Amino acid sequence: MTNGWVDIKNTDMMLIMGGNPAENHPCGFKWAMEAKRNRNAKIISVDPRFTRTSSTADLFVQIRAGTDIAFLGGLIRYAIENNRYAKEYLINYTNAAFIVKEGFKLPEDGLYSGFDSAAGTYDKTTWNYQEGEDLSGKTDAPASAAHAAPSAAAAPAPPPALPPNVAYDLTLQHPRCVFQLMKQQYSRYTPETVERITGIPKEQYLKAIDMFTSVRKDGDMKQVATIIYAVGWTQHTFGTQIIRTAAMIQLLLGNVGRAGGGVNALRGHSNIQGATDMAGLFDSMPGYLKVPTPTDADLASFLKRTTPTSSKPSPWGSWNYYSNTPAFFVSLLKALYGDAATKENGFGFDYLPRVDRDYSWTHIWEDMYNGKVKGMMAFGMNGVMIGPDTNKNINALKKADWLVVGEIYQDETSEFWRAPGITADEQKTINTTVYRLPCAGFAEKDGSMTNSARWVTWKYAAVPPPGQARLDQDIVAQIFLRVRDLYKKEGGKFPDPILNVSWAYADSAHPSLSQVAMELNGKALADLKDDKTGQVVVKAGQQLPGFALLKDDGTTMCGNWIYSGCWTEAGSQIQRRGTEDPSGMGVFPNWSWSWPANRRVLYNRASCNLDGKPWDPERKQVWWNEAAGKWAGNDVPDFKADSHPKDHLGPFIMNPEGVGRLFAPIGVLAEGPFPEHYEPIESPTKNLLHPEQSNNPLVKKFKSPYDKFGDPAEYTIVCTTYRLTEQYHYWTKNNPMNVQLIPEPFVEIPVELAEEKGIRGRDMIHVISARGKYTAKAFVTRRLRPMMIDGRKVYQIGLPIHQGYRGIQEDAERDARTPANLLTPAVTDPNAHTPESKGFLVKVEKA
Amino acid sequence: MSQASTELIRISGHPGTVPGAGLNREFQVCKLVDTTTCIGCKACEVACLEWNGYTFSETTFDNSYQTMPETAWNYWNLIKFNEHERADGSMMLLMRKDQCMHCEDPGCLAACPADAAIVQYANGIVDFQQANCIGCGYCMTGCPFNIPKFSPEARKVFKCTLCNDRVSVGLEPACIKACPTGCLHFGTKKEMKEMAQTRADQLRDVSGFADAGVYDPPGVSGTHVIYVLHDAKNPELYGGLPKDPHIPYSVRLWKGPLKWLGNLAMVGGLLGLAWHYMRFGPKKEEPIQPDNGNGRRP
Repeated sequence: MTNGWVDIKNTDMMLIMGGNPAENHPCGFKWAMEAKRNRNAKIISVDPRFTRTSSTADLFVQIRAGTDIAFLGGLIRYAIENNRYAKEYLINYTNAAFIVKEGFKLPEDGLYSGFDSAAGTYDKTTWNYQEGEDLSGKTDAPASAAHAAPSAAAAPAPPPALPPNVAYDLTLQHPRCVFQLMKQQYSRYTPETVERITGIPKEQYLKAIDMFTSVRKDGDMKQVATIIYAVGWTQHTFGTQIIRTAAMIQLLLGNVGRAGGGVNALRGHSNIQGATDMAGLFDSMPGYLKVPTPTDADLASFLKRTTPTSSKPSPWGSWNYYSNTPAFFVSLLKALYGDAATKENGFGFDYLPRVDRDYSWTHIWEDMYNGKVKGMMAFGMNGVMIGPDTNKNINALKKADWLVVGEIYQDETSEFWRAPGITADEQKTINTTVYRLPCAGFAEKDGSMTNSARWVTWKYAAVPPPGQARLDQDIVAQIFLRVRDLYKKEGGKFPDPILNVSWAYADSAHPSLSQVAMELNGKALADLKDDKTGQVVVKAGQQLPGFALLKDDGTTMCGNWIYSGCWTEAGSQIQRRGTEDPSGMGVFPNWSWSWPANRRVLYNRASCNLDGKPWDPERKQVWWNEAAGKWAGNDVPDFKADSHPKDHLGPFIMNPEGVGRLFAPIGVLAEGPFPEHYEPIESPTKNLLHPEQSNNPLVKKFKSPYDKFGDPAEYTIVCTTYRLTEQYHYWTKNNPMNVQLIPEPFVEIPVELAEEKGIRGRDMIHVISARGKYTAKAFVTRRLRPMMIDGRKVYQIGLPIHQGYRGIQEDAERDARTPANLLTPAVTDPNAHTPESKGFLVKVEKA
Repeated sequence: MSQASTELIRISGHPGTVPGAGLNREFQVCKLVDTTTCIGCKACEVACLEWNGYTFSETTFDNSYQTMPETAWNYWNLIKFNEHERADGSMMLLMRKDQCMHCEDPGCLAACPADAAIVQYANGIVDFQQANCIGCGYCMTGCPFNIPKFSPEARKVFKCTLCNDRVSVGLEPACIKACPTGCLHFGTKKEMKEMAQTRADQLRDVSGFADAGVYDPPGVSGTHVIYVLHDAKNPELYGGLPKDPHIPYSVRLWKGPLKWLGNLAMVGGLLGLAWHYMRFGPKKEEPIQPDNGNGRRP
């Protein structure tokens, strides 16, 4: 979230799309209801199904799963055509005025400039800004021959980089300025085209986008709108681009950085934000730092590659906060390797593995299926169930040598060898050794959780783990200590990365999580002095007050720079429980602690106009205090404290441009600077914008026998998966109370489809995709309706993901014991590597 | 439990607000259910079950999100889900928390023949005292909302107590505490009526629900559970909420005029008896006349 849960109460308008917070985030949804009750805020719910969120909405619009970019692209077009955008914000706080390189081509045919169809990759050279000066009012672009010259040189061209001085046109008239290109890009997304693609009747669509953009009627800046989404947006082969479209809308309307605004991802677990922050991913390091690749010869060249340099119009300022990457990264290496990280050995940079390819979720299973991954440790997740294509995952596990599952229940993963369809004879042929480790449950362990609002909150254990159950960190510590002992004794090819890991916990076999939190915060390893006065600010050994003091010379250590400030010399900030809210805006500055720097709304400098005065005086977040010569606020200013508004420092301090990106230049996203509508891999229709390039051109398909895709002539129905408020993932089917509330799996199907197939509610039906068959009772409902897609009737159905083959009902054989992900395809978004579970093709049969 | 406990205003070492502070129990209590902000999460169902110590029972999927068709003797709080298509073709999913309405004029109490099996407290809570219940089930016919349910095992009737045990020690009912969206509120009847009316006005003026209103049916002299409805003209849409609930005429007749008549007949009979006694004196045993020999009396 750019903002936070409580902050939703400050909004005037909510677009809830790709998410169902009433059902999946009911406690957080109270703030949406508060905005409704106290501010007369409106909710627009856009979803393939009429959900319990839709029931509270002022307007519900049924969309075909996977056509969100078409919907949002049309919204951008409408906002521009009807003068419903924030002009001053747009010119000064976004890259709307930046001029893009000559040769850049929009994807009228579905492809941006630079596509190599043989390799299936893009050369992104033209996805860049043009170097230059103020071109305001000069529509004739100067010749860019000078810029083309380097590429003509014989020596291999250096990787394209952003120019330090960007050409710009503050009148936004230049044909190659970002604003004009964006306008041109979405001019194709007319309400008529959107209707043909999404299935939303034109009048309804216009009503929805008119309602949303009404907050910026005639450019008035007082009102604020928020966009709220969840995995209904991420689980597509173009998921990242959907979210980018939302970000563009919020920049265009001037809603980012403002109370009640922003782009707000609702995370599905209590600590999924924390998992991401700590880099539970193959392609990032803690605090969203980049991972080393085989091309990084040493620390210096790695830091040169990953530290951005500012790229902006020359009269403007850009703080470019990621220019501190060396300080963040070296402090991380000091936290990882302690005294073994020295200046001479590049602070242990060579101990880090180099990531040479995609190691994301679906690749793990593909590699296991191909015999490359021999074993798996599954903690805190049910591997067979959570990803796509359950059949493939079960068959991959059959080929593994071993599997360790740390759980509190016997789950589908640890019981994969007992999945339905595996006979007793076949069980005897499965040679995977399964180790089941009893772990502690959520109420039996302490530690911090980071919620969607980036609040890092400490929780205490309620009861000790029962019997032989152990805390996760104790299990991990034991494994680590024993592996280290083996390396000590036996040596090995390269023992240094293991032997040199810093393990400075008081009880090494039982690391305390508060000590881990202190390690994340970081401490001074030498006396730190103020640059100006020369006075010692932090003594050696003391906890750091925040990331501003991190150094790139090895005198500080910090496990995760964005968490620096969470456990300072003043003590644990994440255990704070102050309920004061002086501004009344739900900031609660003394309740737990939020990264970064206890800031509750990111980019909050953008909540003020150029002079540093809030757009809405009634919702004051931060402001320029002329007398004091610095920024003040109800929230912690997300800005250089003493930067005078006249200096024109950009409010988006994490971007090298200093402004928000409507146009994402080189290196930001895989498939193009502006989002383009692509169809899901399995879709009932060709892409109506460019039938020759229907899908995301960068999506790769696996070749295993399980990676099959349905022919739309045979599989005609669009299916999506979802969660219910009564159940929590694959977990609560072991809890009698939750089972009582939702006792059985079901499939929601439209009345019209039921009539066509002779299905009545409660009848058993099969839902069949190219990959598997799911069996459950039919839930015949009018909350899903047939849609007209380009003149053809298309049905959508939905099914909850919770049930599997292990649980109270499953064990009693009261249901068909089929996991929902038997149906879903293992194709992923090329940016975030998230599989496409929301929108694939099936057929329905009576059982 | 006693109704005379003291209201809490401060609690040591306790973060946040004091539960129940500001509620003066001399007033009539009321639960407000704003169906327009209910998200059907069923937290109230679980809270009710857990607070009252009932365990789960087996349920079956019934083409709905609804847990079971009706409330049960051991399941007092049930969200009723109803799909409704409005005149303009738009969809609504109406969700209404069904439970005892705690009528000002309770039909169950009127119908109950057992001494002190049903009581009404000064704060408006209608409570069943199972110790005195004879299991006749007359309360079930007396209730216009189909709430009291018979337990075949206990052979007694049960229903929601409005968490009388919690309310009497200054706590809000369990369902209120569990509600995440603020769809449920608890306070005095006056406050809740005002809050409900404000919300209904907002729904009419801002959200375009021309028939939004408050459900506090006069037929039972008002209730201590009131609803905000999007469409107060058609409460039946919300899982059979009666439009104009009354105590059934059979109960009224039986417990009203018929009872009065019965009493009159009984008292009249007694009075007649007394009058007859005074007028004619006690019936005397006639001495057996000696037979004159021919079998005739003289």
